[in-house]
Amino acid sequence: MNASDKYEAVIGIECHVELKTASKMFCACPNEFGGEPNTKVCPVCLALPGALPVANRKAIEHMVRAGLAFDADIPAFSKFDRKNYFYPDMPKDYQISQFDMPLTQGGEVKYWLEDGTMKVCRLTRIHLEEDTGKSTHAGSGDGRIAGSSHSLIDFNRAGVPLMECVSEPDIRSAQEAVGYLDALKRTFILLGVSDVKMEEGSLRCDANVSIRPIGATELGTKAEIKNMNSFRSVERAIEHEIARQIGVVESGGRVVQETRGWDEVNGTSISMRSKEQAHDYRYFPDPDLVPIEVARAFVDRIRGEMPEIPWRRFERYRAEYGFNVKQTTQMIEDGALADYFDECVRLSKNPQQALNFVLGDLSRLANETDVAVVQSKVTPQEVAELIGLLESKTINSKIAKDLLGRMWAGAGSPRAIVQAEGLAQTSDEGAIEKFVDDVLAANPAVVADYKAGKTNVAGFLVGQVMKTSGGKANPPMVQALIKKKLG
Amino acid sequence: MAAQSTAAQIAREVNAGTVSAREVTDATLERIDSVDGRVGAYLTVLHDRAREFADRVDARVAAGERLPLAGVPLAVKDNMCLTGTRTTCGSKILEQWVAPYTATAVARLIDAGAIPMGKANLDEFAMGSSCENSALGVTRNPYDLARVPGGSSGGSAAAVAAHEATVGVGSDTGGSIREPAAFCNVVGFKPTYGRVSRYGLIAFASSLDQIGPFSRTVQDAALTYDAMGGHDPMDSTSLDVPMETTADGLLDDLRGLKIGIVREFDTEKLDGAAHALYTRAYRDLQALGAELVDVTLPTADYGLATYYLIAPAECSSNLARFDGVRYGLRVDGDDVTAMYEATRAAGFGPEVKRRILIGTYALSSGYYDAYYVRAQKARTLISDDFKRAFGRCDLIACPAASSPAFPFNSKSDPYSMYMMDYYTIPMSLAGLPALSVPCGWVDAGAGKPMPMGLQLCAPLLSERLLLGAAHAYEQATNHAQTHAPRLDEAVVS
Amino acid sequence: MSSEKIDVRYVAKLARIQLTDEEVQRFGSQLGDLLDHANALSALDVSSVAATAQVIESRNVERDDAVGACLDRETVLAQAPRRQGGFFRVPRIIAEAE
Repeated sequence: MNASDKYEAVIGIECHVELKTASKMFCACPNEFGGEPNTKVCPVCLALPGALPVANRKAIEHMVRAGLAFDADIPAFSKFDRKNYFYPDMPKDYQISQFDMPLTQGGEVKYWLEDGTMKVCRLTRIHLEEDTGKSTHAGSGDGRIAGSSHSLIDFNRAGVPLMECVSEPDIRSAQEAVGYLDALKRTFILLGVSDVKMEEGSLRCDANVSIRPIGATELGTKAEIKNMNSFRSVERAIEHEIARQIGVVESGGRVVQETRGWDEVNGTSISMRSKEQAHDYRYFPDPDLVPIEVARAFVDRIRGEMPEIPWRRFERYRAEYGFNVKQTTQMIEDGALADYFDECVRLSKNPQQALNFVLGDLSRLANETDVAVVQSKVTPQEVAELIGLLESKTINSKIAKDLLGRMWAGAGSPRAIVQAEGLAQTSDEGAIEKFVDDVLAANPAVVADYKAGKTNVAGFLVGQVMKTSGGKANPPMVQALIKKKLG
Repeated sequence: MAAQSTAAQIAREVNAGTVSAREVTDATLERIDSVDGRVGAYLTVLHDRAREFADRVDARVAAGERLPLAGVPLAVKDNMCLTGTRTTCGSKILEQWVAPYTATAVARLIDAGAIPMGKANLDEFAMGSSCENSALGVTRNPYDLARVPGGSSGGSAAAVAAHEATVGVGSDTGGSIREPAAFCNVVGFKPTYGRVSRYGLIAFASSLDQIGPFSRTVQDAALTYDAMGGHDPMDSTSLDVPMETTADGLLDDLRGLKIGIVREFDTEKLDGAAHALYTRAYRDLQALGAELVDVTLPTADYGLATYYLIAPAECSSNLARFDGVRYGLRVDGDDVTAMYEATRAAGFGPEVKRRILIGTYALSSGYYDAYYVRAQKARTLISDDFKRAFGRCDLIACPAASSPAFPFNSKSDPYSMYMMDYYTIPMSLAGLPALSVPCGWVDAGAGKPMPMGLQLCAPLLSERLLLGAAHAYEQATNHAQTHAPRLDEAVVS
Repeated sequence: MSSEKIDVRYVAKLARIQLTDEEVQRFGSQLGDLLDHANALSALDVSSVAATAQVIESRNVERDDAVGACLDRETVLAQAPRRQGGFFRVPRIIAEAE
């Protein structure tokens, strides 16, 4: 038996996700990524003496949205607390956070793996807090804190609203961790509560990893892994940590409780400092802010405005349309595109053809022109018309493709174009026969090849007929006629 | 315009154009220049800025505006921000800090026509009852330069008493307006918590801090409060309720009012002369038509213990930001933690350190419930006591401080200093509006009569009644006028 | 809630205040005295009393999500004890897990 088969991993994930708002959590500075250092600051987010926080209503609404998406409880009463600790990029030297009464409690994240298996990870809570500024460590040569001689601080990010999503230890593998994070990401993007750009640091996560012999119910000693800055590095870091812990145990050692920093470049983790002494954060209710009462009517209103949550959509597409995992995932990755698709299906009643257009030609055009499908000039109404024209065999797929290109450029209703330009496919046997005869007459060498047994040249002849007919000839009829005449 | 003029008189004349704000300002600056060397009320005198503000007021008046505090010289406690001026909190850690923004209350007073003459001394970060905790200067009591002016807003009180300003603003966390007002023979008023915006007031204890006026008459206190009170969207704890003006609600008598005398605040515990003085004050209230009723505040005795857990706990967190990173003093260290520790060791004085330490302890793991939460619960009981008492009366009367101003360096033990706020802390914990109005003089030794203050306290949001009643008492008794400041004596250090 | 011997050094470390040995002694005894006074509260029965964090009963004080003015960077950095370009500069941070 392989050593790794004797153990199972137990993983919990803490995610910090920056909320998408115009202004910061407790002041009117812009919530924007980047910019010249220390230009998006004011007395409040710089913690100048005497400045006071006022909570951003939108951020609180976003929290309720996020909670409802995962069927979390939204308690009627919530409050802000101060988490006290000193750090140079934290202006007040306390962080406004939520301790015992977060805006959302419980809930579960449903996600799926590449093979389509549905998984569930329970949430402990999602709470609202403020982000810190950013430190750049200098003098260590590699930008790392270890060995640095000094640090430079930019407070532009300080005070950006942040939700911390804490999961229960329900995750069992690196792949599940990525599936879970993907689910959070696509849900938050769909809800508009965050852009979730890991490269800009708007989603940051830490993983608590432990192992235990398969069948054991007791939890092993966990290590906390930090500094993972992409989903790929989360996967690698967790895999590495599981292997490391198995190695420790198999060689007779014991896993120690510690924080480890992931080193993406070297594909390894480094112990940062063992948590021999828990930090004493001295949480207490922030006396500068007043409590939040969340009215049922407010929750109901937000619930009423909720879009279809990705995992429900996933299950629906799989069950009702029979799409494969990859197509389904691709479609719902972008909620607006999936809404567009749903509208195409509603109007056309042809999910498969709608899927082909949306993920195929339309997505290609979107890539080529750098305009999102939903922002393009092609409406779902027009897509449904096009599907109708195909279904009625008024046009063939080649014409359909050409039409889509023109519709993308703003040509409007495909039915109108077909009528105006006489593009309707012809099934008039006499007319088609004339095209076929012309083509056979013009290509005697090919005809000879065919008769000599090279029947694969038929495709060329069909193509020539289609071309001569301006694409209007019904392809199966062309095929049949050529076969008959040369037969 | 005489330095003794009231704010009401100055504003009337400046608005009428019979005197200019610039003339009032120049006269006041002259007064400051001649007496502040002895009093030490100000840490910063705004000579040029004050004249600029005055010229602006004169221009506005000339343009037809009528301003409630037109040209009124104002002393601003130096824990309130004023753009472009040093705002020190009486601390070495902020000694050179220049505020880039203005506190809402100060901005409103300026907008109402008041002229900031300077930034007034205070106990460091408003922690103290004598001004002796200021790291940046000594303020003396204008009625006896050998005595303290009280604190923490001692500079504002002394400035108004010594006619170095007509009105002042201070902040009151546990008595920091009322006690120095009593010591300096002026009116000091702490409004209901949340009535005056705290935006730009450098926090000591956020759930207790409240800005209020100093003045030589109740009417001036009312005018100043009316100009700076009311909701401010920049302060989440600012009350969003209609602002009730007070200057138009001053009373001539106290007929129909029930005034509670607190059984637990038995003035027989005080010095004999003080006891006699308060006994007479209560009789004077009665003579004005009030009915005196016996009320009880059984948990008021726990106020001090409650306050000295809650206020330090909040302060330990509020003062964390003074870390040498963004502004203020920095003492370098080998790493950032060493820098923090050295900066804060050098920047804070002993009283501030004491409170940060005890507050840190009260919030720390294992002690939070035993100290901080228990104090919060005691705070509930104290508030409830007041609610019950106000079921039986309209106002409560009691001493503002347990003694008159004391000589410098006479309270070496921290707790004996804390005891100075015994009568003011319960109201602070309950968030109630309360004021101190001069109620007579006692001989505190050396043959110098020293003033004392009567504290009046009202239910939440009852500022109008409170100031109205205080005015009736003041007009009938006129104690403040009995003695003038004694500024010509030699300064004893 | 009996009289505690306070670990002044630990508390000072949490509060990031360097103390001399003399201060540890002095503050230790003063804080002990103050806590003895605070311990008077143990005489109160607070078992069924709600904690008051604030005397006001305001709820849901929130601002609209609108952008306002920022401070000028030079104004901000002019007060910095040490700056480097557009940044605040601090001595090295000893790596420590949060």
